[in-house]
Amino acid sequence: MEVGLEHYLILSTVLFSIGLYGALSKRSAVVILMSIEIMLAAVTVTMVAFSRYIVPTELTGQIFTIFIIVVAAAEAAVGLAIIIAIYRRRENIDASKIDLLKW
Amino acid sequence: MDFNYLTLIIFLPVAGAIVISLVPGLSSKLIRYIASLFTFIPLAISIFLFIAFDRSTSVAGTIQFEELSPWISAINANYHLGVDGLSLPLVLLTTLIGFLVVLISWKINTRVREYFAWLLLLETSILGVFCSLDLLLFFIFWEIEVIPMYFLISIWGAGRKEYSAIKYVVYTLFGSALMLAGILSLYFTTGSLSIIDMTHSGSAMVQSLMPAAPIFFMLLAGFAIKLPVFPLHTWLPDAHTDAPTAGSVVLAGTLIKMGGYGMIRVCVGIFPQVAQDYAQLLLALAVINIVYGAAVTLRQTDLKRLIAYSSISHMGFVLLGIFALGELSMVGAGLQMFSHGIVTGLLFAVTGLVMHNTGERNIGKLGGLAKQIPFIAVIFTIGGLASMGVPGTSGFIAEVTVFIGAFSSNIVDGVNVYTIISMLGILLAAAYILWLLRGVFFNHPLEKFNGTADADRLEKTYCAIFVAAILVIGMYPMILTDVIRTGITPIANLLGG
Amino acid sequence: MDMPIPNILIWFIFLLPLASFVLISFFTKPILKKPRLSGYLTIGAVAGSLTLSIWTLISILRAEGHELVIPDFNWLTINGVINIQVGLVMDTLTAVMLIVVTTVSLMVQIYSQGYMHSDPGYHRYYAFMSLFTASMLGLVMVNNLLLMYVFWELVGLCSYLLIGFWFHKPEAAKAAKKAFIVTRIGDFGFLAAILLLFSQTGTLDIAQIHSLALTGAIGGTILMWAAIGIFLGAVGKSAQFPLHVWLPDAMEGPTPVSALIHAATMVAAGVFLVARMFPIFEHSPDALLIVATIGGFTAIFAASMGLVMNDIKRVLAYSTVSQLGYMMLGLGTGGVAIGIIHLFNHAFFKALLFLGAGSINHATGTFDMRRMGGLRKVMPWTYFTFLIASLSISGIWPLAGFWSKDEILVSTFDSQPVLFYLAMATVFMTAFYMFRVVFLTFGGKYRGGTSSQTDTRPHESPMVMIIPMVILSVLAICSGWFNVTGDFGHLLGHGAEHGFIEGFFGILTHPLPWISLIMAFAGILLAYAIYSKNWISATKVRKFFSPIHTMFFRKYWMDELYEDIIGEKILNKGIFARLKLFDSKLVDGAVNGVAEAVMTMGRAIRQVQTGQLQLYGIFIILGVLAIAIGLILWG
Repeated sequence: MEVGLEHYLILSTVLFSIGLYGALSKRSAVVILMSIEIMLAAVTVTMVAFSRYIVPTELTGQIFTIFIIVVAAAEAAVGLAIIIAIYRRRENIDASKIDLLKW
Repeated sequence: MDFNYLTLIIFLPVAGAIVISLVPGLSSKLIRYIASLFTFIPLAISIFLFIAFDRSTSVAGTIQFEELSPWISAINANYHLGVDGLSLPLVLLTTLIGFLVVLISWKINTRVREYFAWLLLLETSILGVFCSLDLLLFFIFWEIEVIPMYFLISIWGAGRKEYSAIKYVVYTLFGSALMLAGILSLYFTTGSLSIIDMTHSGSAMVQSLMPAAPIFFMLLAGFAIKLPVFPLHTWLPDAHTDAPTAGSVVLAGTLIKMGGYGMIRVCVGIFPQVAQDYAQLLLALAVINIVYGAAVTLRQTDLKRLIAYSSISHMGFVLLGIFALGELSMVGAGLQMFSHGIVTGLLFAVTGLVMHNTGERNIGKLGGLAKQIPFIAVIFTIGGLASMGVPGTSGFIAEVTVFIGAFSSNIVDGVNVYTIISMLGILLAAAYILWLLRGVFFNHPLEKFNGTADADRLEKTYCAIFVAAILVIGMYPMILTDVIRTGITPIANLLGG
Repeated sequence: MDMPIPNILIWFIFLLPLASFVLISFFTKPILKKPRLSGYLTIGAVAGSLTLSIWTLISILRAEGHELVIPDFNWLTINGVINIQVGLVMDTLTAVMLIVVTTVSLMVQIYSQGYMHSDPGYHRYYAFMSLFTASMLGLVMVNNLLLMYVFWELVGLCSYLLIGFWFHKPEAAKAAKKAFIVTRIGDFGFLAAILLLFSQTGTLDIAQIHSLALTGAIGGTILMWAAIGIFLGAVGKSAQFPLHVWLPDAMEGPTPVSALIHAATMVAAGVFLVARMFPIFEHSPDALLIVATIGGFTAIFAASMGLVMNDIKRVLAYSTVSQLGYMMLGLGTGGVAIGIIHLFNHAFFKALLFLGAGSINHATGTFDMRRMGGLRKVMPWTYFTFLIASLSISGIWPLAGFWSKDEILVSTFDSQPVLFYLAMATVFMTAFYMFRVVFLTFGGKYRGGTSSQTDTRPHESPMVMIIPMVILSVLAICSGWFNVTGDFGHLLGHGAEHGFIEGFFGILTHPLPWISLIMAFAGILLAYAIYSKNWISATKVRKFFSPIHTMFFRKYWMDELYEDIIGEKILNKGIFARLKLFDSKLVDGAVNGVAEAVMTMGRAIRQVQTGQLQLYGIFIILGVLAIAIGLILWG
C-alpha cells in the first residue's frame, strides 16, 4: 500500500483532534499548553504533506513549518512563563478557575 | 469676502482653549483673562459682521461672508461656512453668551484650567453649527458639542450630576444617530452635502431612492431632542438643574437654539412640502410643549428646575412659529430664539447668584430677599418680566410676533386654533414667574439671610449687559427682524404661502 | 395760546413722565444720591404734561374735524407682511383722557409728597408713578392696536409693582400677583381679538380697522368675536364681573396709588378701550348687549358688597367697580359720550375719595372704619372735601356725578328697562354706602385708631395733601357742568346743544332726575338713621339680614371659588400636579425605563461570558463546525 496524501491528512486530523480535545477538556494549564503544541504539530504535518504532494518543487510548506516551530517555541516559553506567574500568585493552575475575564 | 471672518470667530475660542490647556504654569487669574480675551474678540467680530451685514431686500437669502474650500473631495464634502439672516443673530447670541459665561464663571475655583478649556471648546462647536453650510461639517460640530458639555456637567455640576450628564449624552447621541442616518440618506439620494444647493433646487434633487418623509423625520429627531420637543424633553430639566451656572446659561442660551435653527434651515428649508404635510402634528406638539411645559413648571419647587421647565414652554413658541410656516411666524421664531437666549441666560445667571450667595435653592425655603439683595431682586424681576412677555422686553415682541404670524398664516389649516390655545402659555407664564418672584423676593425678610451678599461689580456688569440687550430688542425689534427677515423670506417663498 | 400745538410737543406729553422715570431710576438715586429730587422731578414732569395736554385740547377744539394729524414712524416693519407704526391719534376722546390722566396724576403726585414723605421707598414710588403716568398717557394716545396692548400691559405692570410696593407685606405681595394674573386673563381676550382683527384686515391701525368695520369689510361673527375679545380685556382691566376680584385686594398698595391707578385712570382704561374701539361694537349689537348687561350687573353686584365692608378703602374699591359698571352700561346703551362723561367725572370724585381715605389713614393709622369716628372736628378740610365727593358720587344735583349718572339712566331707560331698574337700585345703594362711610368716620366719637396710636390725637393732614384735595373737590363739583349744554357729548359725537342755564335748571323739569334724586336721598337718609342717629340699630339690621349679610361680606365666596377651588384644587393640586407626576413618572419614566431595559438585557446576556477559556474554545469549534456543515450542505 502506497502511503499517500490522505494518510498524512488523517494522521494530522487525528493529532489535531487529540490536541483539541486536550486543550478544551483538561484542567491543568500545562496539559492545555501541551495539547496546543500537539495541534500545532498536526498543522505542520499537513503543511509538509501538502508541500510534498502538491508543489514538490517549492519548499513553502517546509519553510512555514519552521516558522511555526519557532513561533510555537516562543509561545510555549511565554505560555509557561504566564503559567508560572499564575502559579506563584494563586498556587494553582486549574484553567477553569482562571476566569478574571468574566463580565 | 476677502477675509475669513467666520473661521476666525469659530476657531478663536478653541485656540484659547489650546493655549489654556497647553501653556504650563498659568495662574487661575491669567486663565480667566485669556478666556475672556478669546471670547471677546469673536464677540467684537460678530458685532462688526452684524453691522456690516447687508439688509436690503434685494439680497434676501444670499449667504454672506461665505467661505468655501474643498475638504474631502471624494465624497463631495466642503469646508463651507457662511451666514444669512437666520444664522447671524444666533452667531451674535452665541458669542455674546460665550463672553458673558466667562464672566459668570469668574468665581469657579476647581480645576480652572480644564473648566475654561471645555467652555471655550463648547463655544467653538456651537458657532460651528450655526455657520456650517455643509451637512458633514454641521454634523461634526453638532457632535463635538456633547463632549465639553458632558464634562462641564459631570465635574462642575451639582446634585445628580453624573446621572444628568450621562442622560444628556445618551439622549443627544440617540438623536444624532438618527440625524446621521438622515444626513447619509440625504447624501445618497442627492449626492450632495451642501445645504444651500439642496435648499435652492428643492425636491428636484431628491431622486426616488428614498421618500422624503422618513429623511425629514430622521433629521427632525435630532433637532427635536435638542429643542426639546415633548415627549423628548426630559433630559433638559435634569441637565439644566445639575449643570454649573455657566453650563445652564450656555445650554439654555445657545445650545437648544441649535434645534430650532436646524429645523428651519434643514427640515423646512430642504423639505418644505413634507413640513407642510406634517405641520399639524408638529403644531400639536408645539401646543403641548407650551401649555404642558408651563403647567409642569408651575409645580416645580427648585429654582433652577423651574426655569429649566419654563424653557420647554418657551421653546414651544419657537416650534409653533416654525411650523405655522408663515413668513412672520418664522421671523417670530427666530426672534424668540434670540430673546429666549438672553432672557433665560439672564435668569440662570441671577439664579446662580441667588443660589451661590444664599446657599439655598428650594423656593419654599427662600423668601423676602428683596430687602437683603436688592440689585439681584431687580435684575431677577426684569428677567422674569421678560420671560412672561411684558412689553418693552424682548420676550413680548418675540411672542407677539409668533402669535400674529402664526394666527394669520394661511399655509396650515386650523393654525389659529393652535395659536389661541398656545396663548394660555403666557397666562401660565405670568402665574409661575410671579409665584417665583413672590416666593423668593417678597414677603417678610428672613433673618437667616441677613448679610447675604448682593451682586459685586463684575456680576452687576454682566447682568447689566443682559438687561440692556433685552430692553433694546424689546423697544426696537427692527434691529433684529430686519436681519432675520432676509433669512426667512426665501424659505417662506419655498412654501409659496 | 392761539397757536396750535406743534407735533413734537405732543410727543412730550408722553415723554416727560417717561424721562422722569428714567432719570429717577438711573440718575437721581444711584448717582446723585438725592432721592428727594424724585418727587419734584415727577411733579414737574406731570405738570408739564398737563400744560401740554390743555394746549392740545384747545388745539383739537379748533382743529378741522376736532382731530390733529400726527405723522407716524416705523417701529416694526417686515415688507409685505406686517407694518406697525408708532403714531398718535389726537381726537377729542384722547384729549379728554389726557386731561383726566394728567390732572389726577398731578394732584396725586403732590399729595404723595405728604403721604409718602417718610417712606424708605420714596424714590422707587415716584419712579413707578412716573412710569405709570407715561404708560397711561401712551395708552390713550397711540393709534395702533398692538402698541395699545403694549401700554395696556405696561400700566398693568405698574399696577403690579405699586400694589406690591410694600412687598415685605405678604398680603401686598399676594394682592399684586392676583391683580396681574386676573387682569391677564382679560388680556388674553384682548390679544386674541388683535390677532383676529389682524388676520382679517392685515392692519393694526385703529382708524383703518374702524373704516373697514364701517364699510362692512369685516362683519358678522368675526366682528362679534373681536368685540367680545376686546371687551374681555376691558372686563379684566376695569374689574367687571366675573374678573372683579382683584381690585378690592389691590387696596394693599399705598393709598395715592389706589386713587390714581385703581380709581381714576387705569381701571377706567377698559372703558376707554371699549370707547376707542366703539365702531366695532356698534356693528355688533350682540356684543353691545353683553357690554351693557355685564356693566349693569357689575354695578349692582359690586355695590351690594360695598354695603357691608368695614375697611374704608374696600368700600371705595367696590364703589369703583360699581361705577365702572355704570360706565360700561352707559357705553352699552348710549354710546361713547355717555360712558366717557361718567369716566371723566368719576375720575375726579373717586380720586378725591381715595385721597380723603388716605388723609384719614394718615391721621388715624388705620383703614378700619370701626376704629374711626368723630373726625369731622379734627379734620375739617378732609371732611368737607370727602362730603362733596360723596354727594357727587351719590348723584346729588348739581354736583358732577349727577349729570353723568343721569345721562346713563336716561339712555338705559330707553333701551334696557331691566338694567334701568338695577341701575336705579344701585343709585340708592351707592348713596347708602357712601354716607355709611361718612357717618362712621366723621360722625360720632373717635374710636381709637390703631392700638399703637391710641394716645396720639388724630390731626389734620399737612397742606401739601389738602391742597390737591381741595382742587379735586372743585372739579368734583363742576366737572359735570361741561356737559350741561351738551357740549361735551357733542364733542364726542353725541347729544344736542342747548343753553347752559336752561340745561342747568331745565333738567329738573323732567321726572327721571327727580326719581334718582329721591333714591339717592333715601339712601343718605337710611345711612343717617342707622349710623348717625342709631334710630335703627346696625347690629339688628345685620342680624335680620344675616344670610344676605354674610353673602355680601364674604364677597359671594368668589375669592374662595377662584383661589381655593379653581386655582388650588382643580388646577394647581389637580391638573398641574397630575401633569407633573405624568412628566416625571411616565415621560421621564419611559426614558429611564428604556435605559433600564437595556441594562437588564445586558445583565442577562453577559451570563454567557463565563471567563472560562475552554468554554469559549468549544464555542469557537462549534461555530467552525456549523459554518463547515453549512458550506457543505448549501455551499
